[in-house]
Amino acid sequence: MTVVDVRKDADTLTLTFTCEYDAPPARVWELWADPRQLERWWGPPTHPATVVDHDLAPGGRVSYYMTSPEGDRYWGWWSVTSSEAPTSLVFDDGFGDETGASAPDMPVTSVRVALGARQGGGTRMTIRSSFPSVEAMQKLAEMGMEEGMRLALGQTDDLLAAAVG
Amino acid sequence: MRPGLTYNHMVVYELPREQADLVFHALADATRRDIVEVVLQGERSVSALGRRYPMSLTAVQKHVAVLERAGLVHKRRRGREQLVSADIGTVREAARLLDRLETIWRDRLDRFADILAEPLNGGAP
Repeated sequence: MTVVDVRKDADTLTLTFTCEYDAPPARVWELWADPRQLERWWGPPTHPATVVDHDLAPGGRVSYYMTSPEGDRYWGWWSVTSSEAPTSLVFDDGFGDETGASAPDMPVTSVRVALGARQGGGTRMTIRSSFPSVEAMQKLAEMGMEEGMRLALGQTDDLLAAAVG
Repeated sequence: MRPGLTYNHMVVYELPREQADLVFHALADATRRDIVEVVLQGERSVSALGRRYPMSLTAVQKHVAVLERAGLVHKRRRGREQLVSADIGTVREAARLLDRLETIWRDRLDRFADILAEPLNGGAP
């Protein structure tokens, strides 16, 4: 198992994965930078991804579609904020149609990828994926409420589980 | 009508983006979180809720309105009272957004590792 750590942070609506690989950073970077390799892992086997456009320059776009077992195409896109081979990639990840227009009612996540060489060889990769709810995050920053969000999103579920029995 | 993308037989996004933003905004306030916690345990009148907080009834009504707009609570009228109850489905969905995202990434990272573990072919580009 290559995932060494997962953090779920309800305060910042963020997931952080830390992964380690034996391969060097340049090799790991290829799985993001080469569209033919990206499409092999981005979508599941039931809905394989096909990458159409792929430009990781700042302001660049990646577009892809996932094909359902029925043959329907679901389009998705990345809007690249920045990239620096082979160490970092920052993009927004969303759904839309083949014209590149985003679907207004589907959540967009912000993704930050960092690759670093491990001591003794190999690569340490972190992926931070978050829901950019600006209003919520601003409010949280103003009121400094780490506990609040955890309470709302965590304990509430426990409460429900207890209530439903 | 909520659009859903089926992914591994699981609907990935059941909470439309605008509503997700409303939910997170609604839950970002301590009073509103308290209101949700209280009404999860049972329906309460707005005036009964109002007695819990050091603010005017109007202020409490505004908080309830934010929660209602986010789909976290319902209001119904009984005579002269307004009764507030929690929408359990929405509250659960907010918590599950992160869970779903985690599942998607875990599956991706499994495939990611599989590719790296493949033996290199001679003459790869």
